[in-house]
Amino acid sequence: MTGGPSLSVRPAGRHALLVELPDAERTAAFHAEVLRRRAAGTLPPVTEVVPGARTVLLDGVPDPGALARRVVGWEVPPVADDTGDAVEIPVRYDGPDLADVAALWGVAPDEVGALHGAHTYRVAFCGFAPGFGYLTGLPPRLHVPRRSTPRTRVPAGAVALAGPYSAVYPRATPGGWQLIGTMPDPRPLWDPERERAALLTPGTRVRFVTADGAGTATASPAAGAGTATARTAAGRVPAPGAGTAANGPGRVTAGGARATDAGTGRTTTAGVHPEAGA
Amino acid sequence: MTAKLTTVRSGALTTVQDAGRPGHAHLGVPRSGALDAPAMRLANRLLGNDPGAAVLETTLTGCALRPDRDVTVVVGGAPCPVTVDAGPVAWGAPVRVPAGSVLDVGAVTAGVRSYVAVAGGVAVEPVLGSRSTDLLSGLGPAPLRDGDVVAVGPPPRPVPPPVAAPWPGPPAELVLPVRPGPRTDWFSPAALRTLTSAAYRVSPHSNRIGLRTEGPPLERASTGELPSEGMVLGAVQVPPDGRPVIFLHDHPTTGGYPVVAVVPEPALAAAAQAAAGTPLRFTPA
Repeated sequence: MTGGPSLSVRPAGRHALLVELPDAERTAAFHAEVLRRRAAGTLPPVTEVVPGARTVLLDGVPDPGALARRVVGWEVPPVADDTGDAVEIPVRYDGPDLADVAALWGVAPDEVGALHGAHTYRVAFCGFAPGFGYLTGLPPRLHVPRRSTPRTRVPAGAVALAGPYSAVYPRATPGGWQLIGTMPDPRPLWDPERERAALLTPGTRVRFVTADGAGTATASPAAGAGTATARTAAGRVPAPGAGTAANGPGRVTAGGARATDAGTGRTTTAGVHPEAGA
Repeated sequence: MTAKLTTVRSGALTTVQDAGRPGHAHLGVPRSGALDAPAMRLANRLLGNDPGAAVLETTLTGCALRPDRDVTVVVGGAPCPVTVDAGPVAWGAPVRVPAGSVLDVGAVTAGVRSYVAVAGGVAVEPVLGSRSTDLLSGLGPAPLRDGDVVAVGPPPRPVPPPVAAPWPGPPAELVLPVRPGPRTDWFSPAALRTLTSAAYRVSPHSNRIGLRTEGPPLERASTGELPSEGMVLGAVQVPPDGRPVIFLHDHPTTGGYPVVAVVPEPALAAAAQAAAGTPLRFTPA
């Protein structure tokens, strides 16, 4: 792709730009280009690079106008789909919505795992909760709607589907996605003590592999130093849910915020959490 | 040895706040940090602390603390009565609190959030480089409860000379400048006129995540679904009920409702001190 006509830049305040792309693929490519230029030192200072479903937000930019004029001229190569390392997420396909998803897919429940695990995914963006990644890569024929009634509690490690996305809940939260499986040990997904706090960062490639029944599998990168700490840190992280200690009396309502839509057309104005319906 | 503060009265909502944890929004981590950042910085400067040292942010009803060693504090932000062992002491200026006595930060007489800075700073363990409590995602220390003990860092040397501190008063009327975008085109021209001409009020449902408003709803020109996109601090997001919500420091990092305009960050300190019912209007920045 080229940066020209397929990219538009929207203002987002005095120090930010929202770059809009036509589709998820070109969004991933543009995001990768931003990170390349940042690493190469050719991008002006920017505090936050936040990809969305069709956008990349550049926040904390001293001169957004100047940057806007530059990005429209960028040559942006497509993202290579078949190279690079992938984080492997072990999954037991035992979710409570497995039968519903199987019915939507027109397969038997014990075939869901093989279909879900047959694809390589990419973290398109994060949101909803620290370390919660929205993974693209499921073919359109396998997209499923959210549940009509969200659950008040989805356990940490739940492997879930909604719209074009797959995700693994890093901790227990309310949620409306279809639960197809369980990551036996979800602690590597989010560990703020680790240098790389989130296992699933935007742009990361992900594969789901069927876990053995013993539940002892741990997430591990197939290769590559960038994610190697995920494995080594797994043994010293707090118990799942420990990070939600502030959800007590001081927990406040969400101010009408709606944090994501997951592409399913469902909107949620949350009383407890902006993504109670995520 | 450094001091510890025992929470005698935690108040409605008292949290630890500093300059927040920017740079992690792509992981779904809000910026967090003191909502009235200038008040936090001024209180710290008066003590010789780093301007971004961690402080306590109270909400409407203050809090009470008992140090186990002599400490020096500054209570600033929203004005309120301050006492040490029931004797009145200065607001907005350094106050010595002897070991074992009770510092009481009273209910605000105006505004919403008072800040309690202590020489040496609040020394809870940082998470992702910040000690701030993030009420959206639960990072950082939990809000204070009665009996909680908070560590204080080593006091700075030398102590700065006293200065006359210009504390801005809480707004009788909140006027928020707005710059259009990024989704202005999702709204009708009438809605944009409404935004910058109508009388709004600060909703009692406001919190550290967002300042909610009461007033005329903004009519959307586009009824489609907005794919999730990154959200900036100060974003004026318009949920389906049409009432603008101004995103404050604990706002979600991505969202799916259109942002009609953005309030520049320096204007948000006043928003943090605008009590429920405060008249609010938006003006073109």
